[in-house]
Amino acid sequence: MVSDESIKINPEYVYHPGNPLPEIEGHVSRGRFERVLKRGEFAVTTELAPPDSADRTEVFHEAAMFDHVVDAINATDGSGANCHMSSVVVCALLAHIGYSPILQISCRDKNRIAIQGDILGAAALGIGNVLALTGDDVSAGDQPEAKRVFDLDSISLLSTIIKMRDESVLLSGRKLTEPPKMFAGSTINPFVPPFKSRVLQMEKKIDAGAQFIQTQYCFDMPMLKAFMSEAVDKGLTERAFILPGVGTLASARTAKWMRSNVPGVHIPDSVIKRLEGAENQKKEGQKICVELMQQVKELEGVSGVHVMAYKQEQYVAEMVKDSGVLGDRKPWAPKNEY
Amino acid sequence: MYKARLFASKHARAYEAMYNASSPIILASLRLVQKLTKGKLDKPITWAEKKIKGFLFDCQMCGNCILSTTGMTCPMNCPKTLRNGPCGGVRANGNCEVKPEMKCVWVEAWRGSREMKHNHKIQEIQFAVNHEHKGSSAWIRLANEDVKAK
Repeated sequence: MVSDESIKINPEYVYHPGNPLPEIEGHVSRGRFERVLKRGEFAVTTELAPPDSADRTEVFHEAAMFDHVVDAINATDGSGANCHMSSVVVCALLAHIGYSPILQISCRDKNRIAIQGDILGAAALGIGNVLALTGDDVSAGDQPEAKRVFDLDSISLLSTIIKMRDESVLLSGRKLTEPPKMFAGSTINPFVPPFKSRVLQMEKKIDAGAQFIQTQYCFDMPMLKAFMSEAVDKGLTERAFILPGVGTLASARTAKWMRSNVPGVHIPDSVIKRLEGAENQKKEGQKICVELMQQVKELEGVSGVHVMAYKQEQYVAEMVKDSGVLGDRKPWAPKNEY
Repeated sequence: MYKARLFASKHARAYEAMYNASSPIILASLRLVQKLTKGKLDKPITWAEKKIKGFLFDCQMCGNCILSTTGMTCPMNCPKTLRNGPCGGVRANGNCEVKPEMKCVWVEAWRGSREMKHNHKIQEIQFAVNHEHKGSSAWIRLANEDVKAK
């Protein structure tokens, strides 16, 4: 367990939060994530579930589980339409110890005025990456009585970020004295209908300014292969870094539950059968995840992998190591420096 | 009306042809009306637009109409009011994540757009709705813009 005293916040990052690393020409952000991808490394990202707590050490504890195996950490924004610690704050806490956080912004809870304010604040706190999402509907969460906002959609959100960053203005046209230098990404789900539109939908997001794309959970390799080969044919993999999402299933029961309750998750029957037939379902789920990572790395046009292991974060490091996708590369972690 | 809406996406090609043929006529007559009445007929025109597009497309009178780019399917019927394509939550049967009994608006829009001649229009990036225009007539605004431009 990480205690508060053992967290060494690097004063460099706190006093100069907008300037975590020296600027590189041709890079939009000063973050590590963009550097790893642009160097052509196979990147690994993961997801941190912000705690139901006001204690920051819980954030640090969770992040430390990913040390030396991931290049960037997504902080989810009210995932599943459930309230957790704010993603901007989680990312700021992570940025201040030197991690490379990816700020997820969902369109569900905030209108354009609030979102632009968050983007400026996030950049001011040293957050260098942002991921534009539509967001699960309020009805998916534990407060379905809440008002849904969806003032922007993920593509208008991307356009907004790019306008602020590249033109140094707000949507109203009002000038910014310093633009938010953020590496912008979005998501795609190739595994749900309308299937034929999904590559075009990704193209639209790239046209709107997405520089990296993380996909929904992939449990169906043939589907991902078909999607990726179409993306390669369209030249999309030259224009954006694509990181397919993989995940681990704790048991066949969890898999069945996810399939029917988590919006947009497609799990083929063959995966469920394999889990059911296994002696240790949890281990088998991890084995499936490791194999998926390895298969993802073999695909043409892929720049990395996004590992989602909700409530199973403690196994991410082992799975990434077992997969060997990092080769002999050891991603940065705070302990490197102290 | 849900059934009329589905019919529109199914027959998007015919609707597109009708739209392309009728919209210059509607706009020309509206321009004339605007010139003569200086906006005195705005209310009944808005009412007519609401009734006609409401029946045909379940129009929500957002005042930012993009029907011809979205396979003749009104995107404002999406519970998330998405204007640039489907979310990632579409059910395996093509129905909506939020309203399981309804076909996903963007599954319909995609089907409609494949039927249409100008099917590339669905790829145009749409910025968010201007909420100041909610409840107002898109027809009148188009006509007025033309009158002003001249």
